[in-house]
Amino acid sequence: MRPRSPLHPYLMLAPTALVFGLFFLYPLALALHHSFYAWDLLTPPTYVGLRNYRSLISSGELAGTVGRTLSYSAVVVSLSVTLGLALAVALDRPGRLYAFVRASVFSAYVVSWVAVALLWMWILDADAGLLTVVLRKLHLPTRSWLGDPDVALTTLALVSVWKITGYSMVIFLAGLQDVPRSLHEAAALDGAGPWQRFFHVTWPTLRPSAAFVGTTSLILSFQAFDVVRVMTQGGPVKATTIFVYAIYEDVFVNLRVGRASALIVVFFALLLGLTGLQLWAFRRASGARKGTA
Amino acid sequence: MIERGHRGRAALSTLVLVVVALLWLGPYAWMTLTSLRTLPEIIAAPAYPLPSSFQLGAYREVLESVPVGRYFLNTLAMALTIAFLQMALALPAGYALAKLHFVGKRAAFALVLACLLIPAQVTFVPVFTMLGAAGLVNTFGALVLPFGASALGTFLVRQALLSVPDEIIEAARMDGAGELTIIYGLLAPMIRPTLASLFLFSFVFHYSDYFWPLVMTTDDSVRTLPLAVALLREQGTGVRWHIVMAGNVMLSVPVLVVFAVAQRQILRAVTARA
Repeated sequence: MRPRSPLHPYLMLAPTALVFGLFFLYPLALALHHSFYAWDLLTPPTYVGLRNYRSLISSGELAGTVGRTLSYSAVVVSLSVTLGLALAVALDRPGRLYAFVRASVFSAYVVSWVAVALLWMWILDADAGLLTVVLRKLHLPTRSWLGDPDVALTTLALVSVWKITGYSMVIFLAGLQDVPRSLHEAAALDGAGPWQRFFHVTWPTLRPSAAFVGTTSLILSFQAFDVVRVMTQGGPVKATTIFVYAIYEDVFVNLRVGRASALIVVFFALLLGLTGLQLWAFRRASGARKGTA
Repeated sequence: MIERGHRGRAALSTLVLVVVALLWLGPYAWMTLTSLRTLPEIIAAPAYPLPSSFQLGAYREVLESVPVGRYFLNTLAMALTIAFLQMALALPAGYALAKLHFVGKRAAFALVLACLLIPAQVTFVPVFTMLGAAGLVNTFGALVLPFGASALGTFLVRQALLSVPDEIIEAARMDGAGELTIIYGLLAPMIRPTLASLFLFSFVFHYSDYFWPLVMTTDDSVRTLPLAVALLREQGTGVRWHIVMAGNVMLSVPVLVVFAVAQRQILRAVTARA
């Protein structure tokens, strides 16, 4: 439609554009700019060229942070997506009881990360936590789940799985609505067992959902912060210092804005790469679906 | 044979149901039960599930040590303002992108999609220094303004408005309605489900948010409830888990109630992108 006045569309977009420009796009440019400076927030910034990037690489901090973030994300994504898929298939049934259980799984996604992190800190508490006490009663070995550098990152990842599995379940449940009932019935009549029906009927329709869930939870898990801040503050001995926490620590603990900005630039480049991966996976999954149909 | 298979499957699905319910509801139950116990009780028998009698002491202590009321109002004001702003700004922007012809429309839409890719976890440091330079750190504005427009919201409103026929808008123009009346008075009610999803999702997300208020505030006057509850543990020495869990209950119950009432709308916003 033609606008009543040629200015109207721009006026309608102006408030949104102002927020996006001021708080999304300009900060990106500012981060890039700061990444070439050394700045402690107190004295004026000094230009240092690529020194921030070089020191991030030579100190091994970048490799360490990327490695930890990747291993955290690998656990979170693989487990939450498989578990979400299994729950979606198992709980996709009529009835109030099933609806209630579905809602309780998803409720963890809605509750604050703070609440979830504190709740699990208490359950995992090395002295009096429920898990510790139960394991001791059963004479099973227990350990300091958050204090041991070998397991702390995995513990955080598992807590995150508990929180976000409901998200992938919900996406898969929406995808399941596209699975034609008649196809299921026909396959059952042909003598296909439940597993065969899952792999030949359900899974092909769910493939786009899987590509979507897998890549969005990968991107979201890269942005994890709250669970680290509340449960371990990056420790013990940096074992849980993943990307956003590393940036936070550089600014608010070490007062190194330039270095943090260099980390941000790398982080954003990684996120863009992951989004590229997402588009690619999504195209492939929906292309494959069209191919089989 | 068939009979047995059916019964076996029914038993299996009941088992799955019970295990899943225990795994996801158990922790909430544990949180609530802990909050109703006393410190001596927890020390004596940490894993014994039932309190000897239900004690509200932990709640009293939280209320005495932390201005929960003010934090709750701060949180509520912040989340409601953000949700409202996002809705109010997404409507005209979505209308222009869905219905009007103008030069630069494709670029504007591409800009919205690009902003979907820029999370707060990327912008927080430069925004912090910007707001610091402007003297806005520790203000309500620092919590609200950066989220005043939502890329997802703009996108969803645009998609919803695409399906509204042009004739309706043309008829309203003939009747002499102004553009703002058309947007807020005529179109907004027509896409109410989308707006409700957007509003509720945004409210729930920002009510629970810890990251942004943590970074942007150091001052009690604008702190929000998730920060205060997290501080309950940081300040606590030794096992004071009943108090932390009482804070947790106070933090979680409002959002769980909103979720229970408006589950469908929240789910719509979550699944809309897929």
